Amino acid sequence: MNFKHKYVFLLPGLIVLIGILIFPIIFTVRLSLSGWNSFNPGLDFIGLKNYIRLFTDDPRFWQSFFRLSFLAITTVFLQYIIGFALAHMVWKDIKFKRFFRVLFLIPMMTTPVIMTVIWRTFFHESLGPLNDFLSIFGVQPPWLSSPGLAKVSIIVVEVWQWTSFMFLLMLAGLLSLPKEPFLAAAVDGASPFKKFIYVTFPLMAPISIGAIIIRLIEASKIMDTVFVLTSGGPGTSTETSSFFIFIKGLREFQMGYAATASFTYLIIMIISLTIIVKVLTKVLMRE
Amino acid sequence: MPKLYTFLKYFFVVIWACFVIAPFLWAISTSFKDFNSVTGGATYIPWLQFEPTLDGWSVLFKPGSQGGINIIGPYFNSIFVTLTASLISIVLGTLAAYALSRYTFKAGIVKNNDITFFFISQRIMPPVVLSIPFFIFLSSLGLLDSLAGLILVYIVLLMPIAVWIMVDFFNRVPREIDETALIDGCNPFQAFFKVVLPNSVPGMLVAGLFCIIFGWIDFFFAFILTFTKVQLLPVKIVALNSSITPWWSLSAAALVSVAPLIIVAFIVERYLSKGNLSGALK
Repeated sequence: MNFKHKYVFLLPGLIVLIGILIFPIIFTVRLSLSGWNSFNPGLDFIGLKNYIRLFTDDPRFWQSFFRLSFLAITTVFLQYIIGFALAHMVWKDIKFKRFFRVLFLIPMMTTPVIMTVIWRTFFHESLGPLNDFLSIFGVQPPWLSSPGLAKVSIIVVEVWQWTSFMFLLMLAGLLSLPKEPFLAAAVDGASPFKKFIYVTFPLMAPISIGAIIIRLIEASKIMDTVFVLTSGGPGTSTETSSFFIFIKGLREFQMGYAATASFTYLIIMIISLTIIVKVLTKVLMRE
Repeated sequence: MPKLYTFLKYFFVVIWACFVIAPFLWAISTSFKDFNSVTGGATYIPWLQFEPTLDGWSVLFKPGSQGGINIIGPYFNSIFVTLTASLISIVLGTLAAYALSRYTFKAGIVKNNDITFFFISQRIMPPVVLSIPFFIFLSSLGLLDSLAGLILVYIVLLMPIAVWIMVDFFNRVPREIDETALIDGCNPFQAFFKVVLPNSVPGMLVAGLFCIIFGWIDFFFAFILTFTKVQLLPVKIVALNSSITPWWSLSAAALVSVAPLIIVAFIVERYLSKGNLSGALK
């Protein structure tokens, strides 16, 4: 095919994307080498001071990062298990199939911050329905004000919100599977359980990898939920990397330091996602 | 064994359905309460447990001067920004995806997959990382607190989604379609617009739905990059959360704001059942 045409197709999108992003990215790198804060706003040059501070003298950043990893992996794992199970359940014969499918799709269509506002009232210690129900059993857990339960609350909301996305990807995958392997399994008289282990699951492996990676990427940005539900609290017990950067940059106005944290975070994310892709491919694609 | 499985299946599906629907039912019930019914503890059934009022709903449509919240302006802003950014992303994304699917690019070590990855990798970037430089970028362009500025930012958010779905889609559209058109004497543009594009409507619709979803549900950029002149719906509603929380109008506003996208859930399900989505969405 012709040489020039391909650029006419590709370049508009590429140029617009790079055009919008080039300044922010370069600026972040430059900002991370400056001491811009509210007392001293300006692009001075302080070398790697911010990076040294981040790597040697800021446990809070690393704690927020590990907390994020924990939350992201836990929620995506739960979403995958539940999403796949639900998709498998409404894949074939079930009454009210279409009703359940629509219902299970709805959470991902709702705005996370807005639903989290509702969830916050839901988890309210004395006025919310959850504790109203639990008071039958004589307990009233402080859902949002104890460090452990606050994490549980965030996981519940994230799983509620995004299992539907996993469900959609897995159901679309199941519906696109070829029929022949299932017929062969039926001829062999395989039990439903064996059918799942030996036919469905291997066939779904590439789709599973794709879905898990997409969700991990999105989950690593957990921010809206934390922002509304707990504001990182109590203390810093639910602070994630995004929220840490938000506090440093846009609340304490340590712009330079926030940029350092952002840039470091991005590099770590790109490296760890690459590793995760490799590992997942190895584990799930095993014959 | 099959009986046990069927039982478990229905059990689990019904439990999950209750979980999905619970916050909505709670919000609907709360939206008809007033101060006393909210602070008196959790109640659920109107008339029986509390006296319903329409205050929570009527306040949404009053202007701010009468103590209202007036979400109509933000509502239209949200719709406008989401649709415009989605449209631009789909157009640019579809063109780029077509190029990446049909032609071979090579510049040094950069190949097609790397360019595709570059597009998609923009989703890795947390909004907060971009929000600080975008703030300065937009203020230097005089686009802070404006619809145009938001649209610009949303394109970065949405184009990766469009490219991701469309590359996958075009890879499934048989190449023979374009080749036949080229043999028939079309130039590559004619082949694309006259032959390939009409066959790509399902893919573009799916990409469009996804762009609309992810544009509509964004909060953070709107939160950082707009103040008073332009307000989007999520920001307006979350702002209610910070003051002495009026749970009733909060719930009503939340329900109004999530309503339009619930229609999208029906459309997506239709596509799934007809088998069109599975092709466009791997």
